[in-house]
Amino acid sequence: MSGQGPVLRLRGVGARLGERDVLRDIDLDIPVGTSLGIVGVNGVGKSTLLRILAGVLRPSAGHCYLTDSSGVLRETSRISSRERSRRLAYVPQEEVASTELLVGEMVALGRVPRTRPWARGGTQERAIVRAALDAVGLADRIDDPCDRLSGGERRRAVMARGLAQECPVMLLDEPTNHLDVAWQLRLLHTVADRAETLVATIHDLDLALRSFDRLAVLGRPQGSDPDTGPATVVAHGPPAEVLDDISVDLHFGVGSVQVTHPHLAQPHLLIHPRKDHSA
Amino acid sequence: MSSVSGGNRRVPFVPLVLGLLVASVLSAVVSLAFGSERIPVADVVAAVGDRIQGDAPGKWDVIVWDLRLPRALLALVVGAGLAVAGAGMQTLVRNPLADPFLLGISSGASVGATAAITTGALAGFGIYAVSTGALVGAIGSALLVWLVATAQGGLTPIRLVLSGVVLSSGLSAIASFLVFMSDDPRAANSVMFWMLGSVGGASWEKLWLPAALSLVLGLAMLAMHRWLDALAAGPETAAALGVNVAALRTALFVGLAVLVGLLVAVSGGIGFVGLIVPHAARLLVGATHRVVLPVAALGGGLFLLWVDVLARMVARPQEIPLGVVTGVVGAPLFLLLLGRGRYRFGGEG
Repeated sequence: MSGQGPVLRLRGVGARLGERDVLRDIDLDIPVGTSLGIVGVNGVGKSTLLRILAGVLRPSAGHCYLTDSSGVLRETSRISSRERSRRLAYVPQEEVASTELLVGEMVALGRVPRTRPWARGGTQERAIVRAALDAVGLADRIDDPCDRLSGGERRRAVMARGLAQECPVMLLDEPTNHLDVAWQLRLLHTVADRAETLVATIHDLDLALRSFDRLAVLGRPQGSDPDTGPATVVAHGPPAEVLDDISVDLHFGVGSVQVTHPHLAQPHLLIHPRKDHSA
Repeated sequence: MSSVSGGNRRVPFVPLVLGLLVASVLSAVVSLAFGSERIPVADVVAAVGDRIQGDAPGKWDVIVWDLRLPRALLALVVGAGLAVAGAGMQTLVRNPLADPFLLGISSGASVGATAAITTGALAGFGIYAVSTGALVGAIGSALLVWLVATAQGGLTPIRLVLSGVVLSSGLSAIASFLVFMSDDPRAANSVMFWMLGSVGGASWEKLWLPAALSLVLGLAMLAMHRWLDALAAGPETAAALGVNVAALRTALFVGLAVLVGLLVAVSGGIGFVGLIVPHAARLLVGATHRVVLPVAALGGGLFLLWVDVLARMVARPQEIPLGVVTGVVGAPLFLLLLGRGRYRFGGEG
């Protein structure tokens, strides 16, 4: 497996939901070993893009590729869903945990891709589940019912299920939603440490600036309807370049300035209404 | 957050299953004593023993071996089958209110059975006329739900629920119409008795097919327990976990339609068992299919066995339909279980 080749690739990808073109002409290479953040305004199609990458939604146009276990790029739809689920762990945004599962049982679902459907979870599975829960700080809740968890805890438990899949690629839809500030800072690093390649959608631009190797901005290009037109990748590159003040103004409609933290060597993004910017 | 152990007491799985097994065997034997003719339990045991050891049949042989034992076994099979089907249906449509008859199966069966009763159309099948009519009606309605749901985009929960419910109403109306148009004044009565269910017509010949099918499909579902858990968590999650959601839904639909169609054909539309027994099992042992399916099967069988005993004892020598007893006994029993702890299936408690 080459270290620099893409693990995920999109070529000319478009998506239709119902009668609406949501995405169009998306080309994207995600190299092995990188972390990519996907940013964009509400409703622009970030989750749709992630679902296409995850192989749970077929693009209406174009092609989506994933490297299989031997390192060869193959069209995602040609890879069996079982093999795909051993290559990439996808954690959807909002999940209704509607059954009376215990936290440990829910996280153990992450082992489904690697066990026979009739197998009983053994001690090894229990160890993996515990380790995954430990990584998100919920090891002591393993035998609690899922609905005893708060919103943020539930989010972390679902992340633990993704970790228990032990996949080289992780796709996370808004992983930091509902989390308190400490976990917002910690979770992405926790996941990045455990997955070779990480792709996540995120709406906190300041956090995005510091948490990823690269960012892709999903937006509606000029000439397309600014409210309902299809979106595409309008900027892609190192976070500091992608989130410069002109780009943030253009794609998010706010003024911004990147500053260095006075005590730490890390960039921050200060955001303010447009009129202050011009003043 | 406060009471961690509040609704979280689970019954250990293995002892519960063993207990239910022992209780089922003992109950099956003891139940043979009850009926329009009271037989001492010792004589029942002797009569069964004679048969098993190949001794000359005693004076209770016909009643115990040919009438009551197949009936008791059919009650176990139908109860187990309905409970497993109910658990499967609740997972397929991800709805706690689902029961085995959701896909219009019982209404379709009642149209078939009613047609057989009121028109005598299937008289050529002799004593199997009503069952045959019911089976044809059940499979037909399941097929119709399938076609409607597929034509509209797939076997998704909401489509299955809606087309099943709508079709059920339509078919019930047709069944009522058939009764209304019938010249036979007793038709309404026999149709109603049939719809509320009975295992009274049991015989050894009628027993083996539902027994084999329930066992095979129950084991098949148990062999996919992890996939069913994933499906219950949601289609997107299941797909992300490598489960072929469309194929699993199709397999589940076909298996449940055939099983429920057959059960309805032999025993009528016994309500409530398939709805409450799976919930009761989840309350006792938790929601993973590996433990829910065996507990629901054994519990459903045991429950229906005693329901049948009650049904033939309460208004002797009259037998009351099983659906009446399952409702009257099942509702308070389930509410009692529900009070045991905060139950969560289907959303926030």
